[in-house]
Amino acid sequence: MNSLGYWISIMLLGFFGTAVLGLFFKWVDRFLTARIQWRKGPPLYQPLADLLKLLGKETVVSERASLGLFLLAPVVGFIGTAVAAAILWAVAIDPTVSFTGDLIVVVYFLVFPSLALILAGSSSGSVHGGLGASREMKMVIGYELPFILGMVPVILGANGTFQLSAIVTTQSAEGVMLLSGGGFLGFLCVLAAMQAKLAVVPFDQAEAETELMGGVIMEYSGPPLALIHLTRAMLLFVLPMFVITVFWGGIQLSGWGLLSTILKFLVLLVVIVLMRNTNPRLRIDQVLSFFWFIVTPVALIACVLSVAGYYV
Amino acid sequence: MAVLDKLKLWGLKKSPWVYHVNTGACNNCDIEVVELLTPRFDVERLGIVLAGSPRHADALMVSGICTAQARARLQEVYEQTAKPCLVVALGACACTGGIFHNAWHFAGPVDEVIHEVDPDANIIYVPGCPPKPEAMIAGVAKALAEL
Repeated sequence: MNSLGYWISIMLLGFFGTAVLGLFFKWVDRFLTARIQWRKGPPLYQPLADLLKLLGKETVVSERASLGLFLLAPVVGFIGTAVAAAILWAVAIDPTVSFTGDLIVVVYFLVFPSLALILAGSSSGSVHGGLGASREMKMVIGYELPFILGMVPVILGANGTFQLSAIVTTQSAEGVMLLSGGGFLGFLCVLAAMQAKLAVVPFDQAEAETELMGGVIMEYSGPPLALIHLTRAMLLFVLPMFVITVFWGGIQLSGWGLLSTILKFLVLLVVIVLMRNTNPRLRIDQVLSFFWFIVTPVALIACVLSVAGYYV
Repeated sequence: MAVLDKLKLWGLKKSPWVYHVNTGACNNCDIEVVELLTPRFDVERLGIVLAGSPRHADALMVSGICTAQARARLQEVYEQTAKPCLVVALGACACTGGIFHNAWHFAGPVDEVIHEVDPDANIIYVPGCPPKPEAMIAGVAKALAEL
């Protein structure tokens, strides 16, 4: 049993490390987007400058908004992301702290940002916010099922365990899940769901800044908006970290493992950025039919393949 | 506290988000604003991004003569914007009324309309019909330097 101080330092590392790397990833995202569009792109400190500026601005709350919920929503999303990040960091640093079922706990905390956006949109008292919240609900209904089904091959491959450290050790002993038949299909499904969880094009219907003018986050200003942007930036790091832990051999923090982990992060980030820049925003009904009639069947095939024994 | 204020100011100078208000423009200035985002000028390298909502904005880019209909709405949009914020009067119409100076629907140049709600508002004038994109960037840069 570790001391309380140990857990607090893990939490702080999880938060600060994820925040710094997340802001960096945000910059990579904006920079690559600019280069793809043949522009010069923002400087390295741009996400930090945005954050500091928003922290220094006034918070305007609409008269029709429900004040408590409106201000609580960004905090809920932020806490969910920070706790998920802390668990993933703890497992990466010291696999012995992994407990039974922590995979489920991380998946659970990764739903928080989406729930927070639904809360934010519906408590903002704005029509655009309400429309955004309704779209976010449909998105959650759409992508959560394939997101979890896509992980079934991994769980079966690791002899039915829900423990992150066991999944990582299985992969180092028997090869990464990504390269098995069922695991690869599951990985593709989780990638699609990850894009939707990050709320980037083609799955940014809840915000849709050219259509809903920000949707769920439209009414936010000042520090709450800064918190939402920070949560977004952290998610851009936490979700690839989760995918690497589950499908791609886990996070290694020393020697050549560190280099390959960084490369894995970059590959996932470039995939996200390329998908975002080469696709138009889908209509919300197209999103639902994409996830229900294409991604979910693929995830089911992955499950069947794994049950039939093609997981390694 | 001085350090915090400096950080805030640095952030504001490095990341002005712009909300575009059309108060009855002929669309010529608006087309030039869109040009700012193209690869040739790429204002994102200065941190300038178009925001979808006045709540997110640090600068209101107002184009067009302020018509009688748009007047109350412009004032409301200014009040909804999170302070501190700048107002950019874009083009000859927004600065003075331009060739529509004696028109029946002209309800005062943008600076007077804004000063009615907030006498201390920061207003930048970028004249021209339409102003060149270079002139817009220079105007915003000068205003930020004086903050």
